[in-house]
Amino acid sequence: MPYKNFCLVCSGNQCESAKSEEIFKELKKTVTDLNLGQEIQVVKTGCFGLCTQGPIVKILPDETFYVGVDTGDVKAIIHEHIIGGQTIERLKFKGKAPGKDPRHYQKQIRIALRNCGVINPEDITEYIGRDGYAALGKAIFEMKPADVIEELRKSGLRGRGGAGFPTWLKWKFTHDVKDQSDEVYIVCNADEGDPGAYMDRSILEGDPQSVLEAMTLAGYACGSSKGYIYIRAEYPLAIERLYTAMSQAREYGLLGDNILGSGFNFDIEIRLGAGAFVCGEETALLASIEGERGMPRPRPPFPAVKGLWGKPTVINNVETYANIAQIILRGGDWFSQIGTEKSKGTKVFALTGKINNSGLVEVPMGTTLREIIYDIGGGIPKGKAFKAVQTGGPSGGVITADHLDTPIDYENLVALGSMMGSGGMIVMDEDDCIVDVTKFYLDFSVEESCGKCAPCRIGGRKMYNILNKITRGNGTMEDIQHLKALAVPMQKASLCGLGQAAPNPILSTLRYFEDEYLAHIQDKRCPAGVCKALVTYTIDPDICIGCTVCSRKCPNNCITGERKEPHFIDQERCIKCGICYKGCKFGAVKIA
Amino acid sequence: MGQTPLDAINELREKKRLELHYRKGNEDKIEILIGMGSSGIASGAKNVLRTFNEILNERGITNVLIRRTGSLGLDHAEPTVEIKMTGMPDIIYGKVTQDVAQQIIEKHIIGKELVCGHIYDRPAQDVVKEPTHAL
Repeated sequence: MPYKNFCLVCSGNQCESAKSEEIFKELKKTVTDLNLGQEIQVVKTGCFGLCTQGPIVKILPDETFYVGVDTGDVKAIIHEHIIGGQTIERLKFKGKAPGKDPRHYQKQIRIALRNCGVINPEDITEYIGRDGYAALGKAIFEMKPADVIEELRKSGLRGRGGAGFPTWLKWKFTHDVKDQSDEVYIVCNADEGDPGAYMDRSILEGDPQSVLEAMTLAGYACGSSKGYIYIRAEYPLAIERLYTAMSQAREYGLLGDNILGSGFNFDIEIRLGAGAFVCGEETALLASIEGERGMPRPRPPFPAVKGLWGKPTVINNVETYANIAQIILRGGDWFSQIGTEKSKGTKVFALTGKINNSGLVEVPMGTTLREIIYDIGGGIPKGKAFKAVQTGGPSGGVITADHLDTPIDYENLVALGSMMGSGGMIVMDEDDCIVDVTKFYLDFSVEESCGKCAPCRIGGRKMYNILNKITRGNGTMEDIQHLKALAVPMQKASLCGLGQAAPNPILSTLRYFEDEYLAHIQDKRCPAGVCKALVTYTIDPDICIGCTVCSRKCPNNCITGERKEPHFIDQERCIKCGICYKGCKFGAVKIA
Repeated sequence: MGQTPLDAINELREKKRLELHYRKGNEDKIEILIGMGSSGIASGAKNVLRTFNEILNERGITNVLIRRTGSLGLDHAEPTVEIKMTGMPDIIYGKVTQDVAQQIIEKHIIGKELVCGHIYDRPAQDVVKEPTHAL
């Protein structure tokens, strides 16, 4: 006998602490008392990702979403809603998001990710069944190339790879000069290198056809017959699925010669990159496709006019392409209704770090960080305090708790000293040391510098050395001045985005967390307890009960003490691994 | 033929669209979607896929279609599995171990009740419209 209704009670961290367990029991009891156990199933679920509104009860099959539920509301839910069929308005979630569907509560809209997790990426017919190649058919048979570009202009789509250059303008530049060249190229930048970012990989793994369709559209709009996908070799699954997708598209006459019988020819080749961060920069990427070493060249001329083998080249990021078919199909006006005034549409973020629900998040531009981190991401684990969020990867910067309510778009992030970048979003809590994190990003930029221009090659290394000195407790006040004096010229003088953006983490952390730098320099102290040279672990004799866990776990055997007596750490021999700190159940080990 | 390639694609689209969202005409068809992006596979989606196949074979359940798909976005809850079947709401299960996979078959697919503690919500609203008309 199947159930008629289901009551889903969220038992994520935060709902649990807000007594969702009691609500669960009360619901079960009520159902049993009313002898409805055969018709209503009450179940506990994982986090729904709306932790600020908890406790949450969701009723299926009608998908009603009740928030802020109290044990006193249980009777109303069963009697009024399930038996009486009346929705309880006062408990219903009233989100800001548009639409009447209660699913809107999560504040996400999937455009670029529309097919990820829905279709089989290795079956082109499933993609076709989800509006796939409808845009291509519409463009080829009903629109002129200029119309396609006009539709993109209306949409307001901007590059999702970093700087946010208007996509239509890139296409138009190429479209306007295509007659002066015998060949035009369409390139897809799938060289995703930011630590913590994996949007492009997920799109290629979950929906490779959408990128192929958009590149073919670009080929039609810009008069090209040849495309390249530059993807890093570290993404074997994405590469495999791309090859499968390409061969299926050719089979159905959607790629190759005489596409859809229209006489239009376009084909795509895959080029594997070795995984150098600088190859994500467009001129370096093109050099790499040409078989040269991946190093940037000065712009202008821009690739749109003089790109691959000196020919006009359109180059866009995977996520940018993933939006295009839907824009052509639904029209630019539809797309431009989503988002903010200057930043249209949605943005995919890879939410990682100290966050409960890590994963891919696609939100309309203008969503606030608070909504992303607390409502969608489910907040910070273990009840720790939020410290900052790093956006834009090594080229971006940090945003603090003060700016959690800033609507996210290209301009606002730049104003805060960070950037959209490719969309990595790494959340940090009180246990993260800002200086150490900055050092990590700078180390990444220094390692990945191609070395062609001096500001990046030398400046980056110099700054890294200074940061290293500070984290070891040898920093001086002049070092801060030196950092600033190096950072600004490096931003101006470097040849490409890698060098220009490398100082961003330093400048933004100095702007918001200067006190933390000062603590390292003046007090020789790391407030988060991360920088080993500045940390001492001690045991508070008043709290220690002598359980001996720490002394047994210590890898260097430097904790001594009798059973049931306070223990003691030999500072001379302590290697500051922190195992005693993590292992102590009583909080007796202190970091100073 | 008399049919252009575009017509053929459009015809295929309509057919697939209904098949994907309705699967009507085959009332008792059950669908299992397994998120198999890199992160899903890294957290054990291949084992889950194998377990589903094994148990379904053992029990002789043949009306189940297992589909592999990309990441749903619920990366913290990988491996993720979505079950679609008539008479039950579409449910996404997360943190699916081989044991949970067994429970999903026993409880959800056979017993038509939900498996406690592993239900997650759809990560986002989908822009692709589902067909609203009947066949």
